[in-house]
Amino acid sequence: MSEEPRRATVRVRRGGPGEPPRYDEWSVPYEEGMSVLDALLQVRQLHDPTLAVRYSCLNANACKECSALIDGKAGYLCTARPGDQPVTCEPLPRKPWLRDLVVDLNSSGKGG
Amino acid sequence: MVTPKRTEVLVIGAGGAGMYAAIAAARAGRDVLLLDKSLIGRGGATIMAQMTVSAAIGHAEPDDPDLHYADTLRAGRGLCNPALARALCADGPARILEMDAWGAGWARQADGRLAQVHAPGHSRRRCVYVDPLNTGPAVARTLQARVAQEARVRRVSNLVVTDLVVRDGCCLGAVAVDLNTGEPRHFHAAATVLAAGGLTRLFRRNSASANMTGDAYALALRAGAALVDMEFVQFFPIAHLAPRLVGMDPIMWDPFRYKLGGRLLNGEMAEFLDRYGSSDAGQYVATRDVVSHAILAEVAAGRGSPHGGAYLDFRHVPDASLRAAFGPVIDRLLKNGIDLTQTPVEVSPMAHYHMGGIRCDTQMATGLPGLYAAGEAVGGAHGANRLSGNAITEAFVFGERAGRAAAAWVQQAGLTAWDGALAAELAAVPQRPLAVGRAAAAHKGAGAGGSPAQLIATLQALMADQVGPVRTGAGLEQALEQIRAWQRHLSEIGAADVHPFNTDLLDWLDLRNLLATAEAVTAAALARQESRGAHFRTDFPESREQATANVVLRRCGAALDLRWTPLEEVRV
Repeated sequence: MSEEPRRATVRVRRGGPGEPPRYDEWSVPYEEGMSVLDALLQVRQLHDPTLAVRYSCLNANACKECSALIDGKAGYLCTARPGDQPVTCEPLPRKPWLRDLVVDLNSSGKGG
Repeated sequence: MVTPKRTEVLVIGAGGAGMYAAIAAARAGRDVLLLDKSLIGRGGATIMAQMTVSAAIGHAEPDDPDLHYADTLRAGRGLCNPALARALCADGPARILEMDAWGAGWARQADGRLAQVHAPGHSRRRCVYVDPLNTGPAVARTLQARVAQEARVRRVSNLVVTDLVVRDGCCLGAVAVDLNTGEPRHFHAAATVLAAGGLTRLFRRNSASANMTGDAYALALRAGAALVDMEFVQFFPIAHLAPRLVGMDPIMWDPFRYKLGGRLLNGEMAEFLDRYGSSDAGQYVATRDVVSHAILAEVAAGRGSPHGGAYLDFRHVPDASLRAAFGPVIDRLLKNGIDLTQTPVEVSPMAHYHMGGIRCDTQMATGLPGLYAAGEAVGGAHGANRLSGNAITEAFVFGERAGRAAAAWVQQAGLTAWDGALAAELAAVPQRPLAVGRAAAAHKGAGAGGSPAQLIATLQALMADQVGPVRTGAGLEQALEQIRAWQRHLSEIGAADVHPFNTDLLDWLDLRNLLATAEAVTAAALARQESRGAHFRTDFPESREQATANVVLRRCGAALDLRWTPLEEVRV
């Protein structure tokens, strides 16, 4: 019997302010050393292109745009790694929530 | 009818060049609106530029902008626009020292003058840095802070400019989509600076930010401006390939090589650059174009590393030396399962920078009254290959020049009357994929040909395979045909109507610009039947004297007009 190829599973808070809490779960092919952001970008390509996630630099942890709650703790999607259990991703609290994992990170600038 | 927001100077793109342009225009007394499709100062390529910045300030050893200029021309393989290259080298020192006064935190020598290191292709120790793995973020923060102090600069993030508004050959401003609301926005400006960076996301493996989707080039083409040298994409030769590494910049091995040497080896663990007219021997002297071709030629000859690249080996460097040079980084590597004392890493070329871009004079004027360009968006200064360290210098120098020139244009020309009907027509473009998406959803089917995100991935693969560091005429022809087919097909691709932060629509708009840019790069690469600098054709492996000229592209209706143009001499 052949072993199932390993998969990475992400569970993501969807929607925006005022909507009833909703989570979607997807699994994508696991790649050794992959980040949670890699998994979410796979989801956008393979399953749901409407998933909103903010990022700019590519897994380099330079732009700091991909901050989110990862399994309940604030962190960066590009440096967090999926394990054997589903990873829960939620928008950062205490920032204006736009949609899915995206919050308004720029509320300090004039005109934001 | 959407009421346009009026400003004197509109700056599109808020990386290093855009922020510098905004500062320069503001200190010339003009009101500035600074837009970015990502976050101000965080998207763009500057924040990913981790290493060094070249300028002939002569702190480490005697130097002169003329020497910097000569090195820049030599690297450009005879194709640099001499006036732009001279401007870059002449203004570099003033910009570096100005950034120093603004608190960039350049590393210093014991005597308090700025520290400068040698980089490949430079004849002097010329490159300043903050921290060899963190220069870009430090520079971006400095400019962000400086921009924030300018009362005349208003900053707006998450605005995706979809077209410039051009009437009677004159740029009146731009139309955009506000990602945070999904609403259209119109901007009426006396002068517009395009500083929206490069095109590296065209390729599967790339080292810049995700928003480098050729926006500046595509906007300029649609507006009627000319592009030059589009065939010259710089591939960074020793970008990380394997094992998988996250949380670090894939071009991080460059500073390692500066400090520790390291050995570049093929799959047989043998040095190989000497077969390609250069040398390694643990030194770091070969230019980027030579190393990229050499690695891919070894892979093609069956002598690549397991993942299709070359090995970079630091096993001969004592652990104490590794830690002394890069202590915290060594720990981050260990967390990624990489122990440099035990195993070599694999590296291979990755799209890094674009030499080509919008054709400009030394005031960064594009030839379209009211439209200026700055930074990587500009073509010509580097010819066929850019020297290490010249990209951030270019962002500062061309940004400052563009901002100053735009301010002077405002003074001279004032605000031309807005054309609301034309703006509304252009602003309708993003509505089309949404309508297609709604129709597809109503029929419970996906739009034809998959999502924009899927098509971007397919395009990236095509560009990497056929229009990458090694090209052939047949491959380029096939790629061009495919790109044009996708362009015709674009109107059938839908995007989901979900707001705010509609990433599917953003992908569609990115795809539109990526395709326009891909067509320009591929058409120019097909026309250049020779090999020179970053452009390498296996069917024409030598340089040809008669090709010492620039390929200039313009849009002519739906077609691209391609012309060979003699090297330009634009007066400084």
